[in-house]
Amino acid sequence: MEKIVRVNMDDLTVKVELVPEKYRGLGGRGLTSTIVAAEVPPTCDPLGKDNKLVFAPGLLNNTPAPNAGRLSVGCKSPLTGGIKEANSGGVAGNKLGRMGIAAVVVEGMPKGNKSYKLILTKDGGTIEPADDLKGLGNYDTVAKLTAKYGQKTGYVSIGQAGEMLLKAASIAVTDRENRPTRHLGRGGVGAVMGSKGLKAIVVDDTGGQYSKPVDPEGFKKASKKLLDALKTHPVTSQGLPTYGTNVLANIINEAGGYPTRNFSEGRFEGVEKISGERQHDVILERGGKIAHGCMPGCVIQCSRIYNDKDGKFLTKGPEYETIWANGANCGIDDLDSIAQIDRLCDDYGLDTIEWGDAVAVAMEGGVKKFGDAKGAIELIKEVPKGTELGIILGNGAASVGRAYNVSRVPVVKGQGLPAYDPRPIMGIGVTYATSTMGADHTAGYAIAPNILKVGGFVDPLKPEGQIDTSRNLQIATAALDTAGMCIFVAFAILDIPAGFEGIYEMLNAQYGLKLTADDVLALGKSVLRTEREFNKKAGLTSADDRLPKFFMTEPLSPHGKVFEVTDDELDQVHNY
Amino acid sequence: MKVEIKLFAGLRKYSSHERAEPVILDIPHGSAVGDILALLEIPQDIKKIIFVNGVHGAEETQLNEHDRVGIFPPVAGG
Repeated sequence: MEKIVRVNMDDLTVKVELVPEKYRGLGGRGLTSTIVAAEVPPTCDPLGKDNKLVFAPGLLNNTPAPNAGRLSVGCKSPLTGGIKEANSGGVAGNKLGRMGIAAVVVEGMPKGNKSYKLILTKDGGTIEPADDLKGLGNYDTVAKLTAKYGQKTGYVSIGQAGEMLLKAASIAVTDRENRPTRHLGRGGVGAVMGSKGLKAIVVDDTGGQYSKPVDPEGFKKASKKLLDALKTHPVTSQGLPTYGTNVLANIINEAGGYPTRNFSEGRFEGVEKISGERQHDVILERGGKIAHGCMPGCVIQCSRIYNDKDGKFLTKGPEYETIWANGANCGIDDLDSIAQIDRLCDDYGLDTIEWGDAVAVAMEGGVKKFGDAKGAIELIKEVPKGTELGIILGNGAASVGRAYNVSRVPVVKGQGLPAYDPRPIMGIGVTYATSTMGADHTAGYAIAPNILKVGGFVDPLKPEGQIDTSRNLQIATAALDTAGMCIFVAFAILDIPAGFEGIYEMLNAQYGLKLTADDVLALGKSVLRTEREFNKKAGLTSADDRLPKFFMTEPLSPHGKVFEVTDDELDQVHNY
Repeated sequence: MKVEIKLFAGLRKYSSHERAEPVILDIPHGSAVGDILALLEIPQDIKKIIFVNGVHGAEETQLNEHDRVGIFPPVAGG
């Protein structure tokens, strides 16, 4: 992938340049973070003209490697005030790889209030007016664009939330059924896209193709090593395709770390009704689909298609995080209501985690009662109406906490916590506190060793071992995010070393490199250093690498634990 | 003594209940988790993640009256 496409929203022009030396050898998050750190003033207004929105496929997205195809987007986050990378599946990552595009950099800001779309082909791009899409949800946006540009094209778009510059706004990426169900979710990336007047990107990969590897035989061998790992590990070959990500609900609940009613308890009495097992049964009863791949090349197939009671398509999945955030965290145990909220989050373009966190804080603040599913659906419908309530909620959990004077606000660096309580699962607490991204679970998924016994076992109820665990996972994840791999390959490669070797051996065979495992880790460290440096210049300090106080003072039932990792220990995570 | 057992995900089929209500078993004092696995005829060769009262356990973990046991096959998610 030799091209960078520069999209200038000041004068509405598009330029294609060759990837300069300083950006070579990078992809995905490694490339987005490097470009943001080099080109975005760390103290700029994230919704102003100096921020940039950088899309990058991973390094293996121009190959038929299994489970490569993820898309990264980077910017300065309007939610955290620090650097952000959000990551999604869907079709666009693979297409950009086939188009030979290493990055799309959207910069500047148009005058006036018009909406625009970017038409990308393998040869370049054009910006065209798109006022006919203004104010539409992602589903209608994709329908209108499909009528013009076809079913085989990829679409990246924002809904009303991004147009309104809401800090919980996401960017939608179409899936293999051409629905806007996979999201670059976290940190308000949708608001940055909206601030640049960009409503949609049409990703037309006609004429695109995979790049030939330098060593085709070597690539085939390495690819098979990863494939074998994915096909033999029980998590990636059975658990995930059968039950999807929401298989976690019961195990996290059993472990006593399933945050319930705004992080006030660790088990939810209604978990059975929103569990992965129940979801599996309902999906099959209604003619939906399990074992579904959200992007080309996926052999894990963890996504699914959820139909309503009449057997009509309602939404994908929903995923574990979504069901937790809008279910247990809000005291809601009705899967159909949660699926409806997921559908609306996808349509309006909202991060389902931040949205659920915001609603839970609102419930604690008395806006609705915990457990009020109808009320929760009313709340999300406020967003496209542009009411004050919709705006407060759409700006995320911290915004709601300030407006309604709630003290229990579960955020780090302003970003809402995901679906694991850090008190009985201390490893994930370390990641939440110290990740450059804010409260982020995928950045260093300590759940694997803490709860799932994948990649070893580190007792979740004790502070010992959590710093090393989180650090190692954060480093490895930064590298995987650069390669374009779906992070779920980690479940296989943490237990099957040959799978991990397959990944860097594919990079070597594709690009004629000689990377070792140590080089891969060095890459991860380098990405994290770049991000930490940006955050420091943006004004973040170690005071921002902390969990909210209530996690250290309020014991969580059933285990009665508080988060016991000390501040000094947290400050050791980024020593490498 | 009575203990409460729940089997999850792919292990559901070894439970006598259709839905995932907990099974209450009456077992001898001094029993361990492994004895329950044998009683329910859960195959040895599946890796299991075992919880006893919400804390990770093993087949050797000794059980007490009213303990809550949860058993999972290899699972992961997001």
